[in-house]
Amino acid sequence: MLEVRDLAAAHGDLAALSGASLGVRAGEIVALVGPNGAGKSTLLQCITGLVRPRAGEIVSEGRDLLALRPHQIVDHGVALVPEGRRLFGQMSVEENLALGAFGPRARREREASLERVYRLFPVLAERRRQMSRTLSGGQQQMVAIGRALMTAPRLLMLDEPSLGLAPRVVGSIFEALEVINRAGVSVLLVEQNVRAALELAGRAYVLEGGRVVGEGTGSDLLADPHVRRAYLGPLAIR
Amino acid sequence: MSTLAQQLVLGVLIGGLYGLAAAGLSLVFGVLRVLNVAHGELIMLGGYGAFWLFALLGLDPFLSLLLVVPAALLAGALLYWGLFASVVRFPDETRIKNSLLVSFGLALALHVVAVQLWTADERSITTAYGGVFRVAGLALPRVRLMSLAVALGLIGVVHVLLSRWRWGQAIRAAAEDWQAALLVGIDVRRAYLLAFAIGTALAGAAGTLVSVAYSISPSIGLEWTLKALIVVVLAGLGSMMGTFLAGILLGVAEAASAIVFGGPYREVVGLVVILAILVARPQGLFGRS
Repeated sequence: MLEVRDLAAAHGDLAALSGASLGVRAGEIVALVGPNGAGKSTLLQCITGLVRPRAGEIVSEGRDLLALRPHQIVDHGVALVPEGRRLFGQMSVEENLALGAFGPRARREREASLERVYRLFPVLAERRRQMSRTLSGGQQQMVAIGRALMTAPRLLMLDEPSLGLAPRVVGSIFEALEVINRAGVSVLLVEQNVRAALELAGRAYVLEGGRVVGEGTGSDLLADPHVRRAYLGPLAIR
Repeated sequence: MSTLAQQLVLGVLIGGLYGLAAAGLSLVFGVLRVLNVAHGELIMLGGYGAFWLFALLGLDPFLSLLLVVPAALLAGALLYWGLFASVVRFPDETRIKNSLLVSFGLALALHVVAVQLWTADERSITTAYGGVFRVAGLALPRVRLMSLAVALGLIGVVHVLLSRWRWGQAIRAAAEDWQAALLVGIDVRRAYLLAFAIGTALAGAAGTLVSVAYSISPSIGLEWTLKALIVVVLAGLGSMMGTFLAGILLGVAEAASAIVFGGPYREVVGLVVILAILVARPQGLFGRS
């Protein structure tokens, strides 16, 4: 589904990634955890084409993503729900969702996708005419996920979807991710909420200092002493 | 009393053209974050296009819009490719600075070329159906009324394009958050190209109307750029109709100040009124904060 090899990237002179490799197989939920500044968001942005890496390879289903422009990567079937949701706040819920189906491939499936999103998040159907910036945080996150689903992705990537949301809302977002995954969409999840992410994910990677320092099944990592100490213990930084 | 009303009506009529001139600038600035100070020169070129179509081919200026607008669309696309496509690669702040340099150079070049080709003479189109239209003691110049109607119609067309057309929605999305637009699969560079081309087409149309309702010369560019900038600041970004109304407001404010303080103060007082409005509403009258 997705192969990232030896990826190196920098913001100006500051190295964000130095030789990170990971993979997502079809149908998997993979979590990517690590401290702030480890390069998690940069890695996702490299995959979307928003950041150009200095070195490395990104291949998805035989396509070299580094040769594609961002809108072509979306059309290929790789979508990102960005950190902070980045909705078009001046537009209604439905307009946001409709823009998700902008690409040629997504447009052909537009009606079916919209129905699927409204089935997944019925509250969005009720609020379809509402200006998106007036929604609650959880509902905005639903629109962001729904908008990404409208691109008809085979791989859905999410950057900190639980950020700033109440625990109950986080629960329902994670449940939605499970439903999405069961429908055949692979998921790559970057999350500060390490416990919830590892419980959801089949496999996970630990990214520290721009490198992958740990890999395993979700339950392995939940039991791993380093992970417990750094991310799950009483002193863990949330 | 009647001269007051007469002046205010004339202010509305020129204000409609200020609004049309500003709409193109506002679209380009709002979407690309590129400040094209050569916008007035594009208006000037549109005016010459209509003038020569009239002088050489006898083409009616309102009909010539059907040629000038598509030609300006194409010219806008070429200008974007040649000059502004490289500017929009930079982050927002650099974009504005670089676009000022690039477009200032463009403005100077277009001005010089226009003087060389067509001399510095002032020109205007006089149609057979000129004259005035009298209502309730007011004299309404017929071509200026028609220009106002055409300007309003064009603004309406652009408004509908931006809200209903697929690429119009893409342009709005790119204006609000270009990275989010990329993430939903919009080719933002193409959205920029289209927005710039539409902005240039609006300038071409404005120039045509100026050449028939008022007059043109190679040096009108700066003045129209300034008027358009004032209107954009006054209206705020994000609303075509708001920009048009702000243009009319500027026209009326100028007319009123010419009556109260005399002709030389026309522009000064207009500017003061705008400063006053901006102190109260920094995001502009119709802009979104």
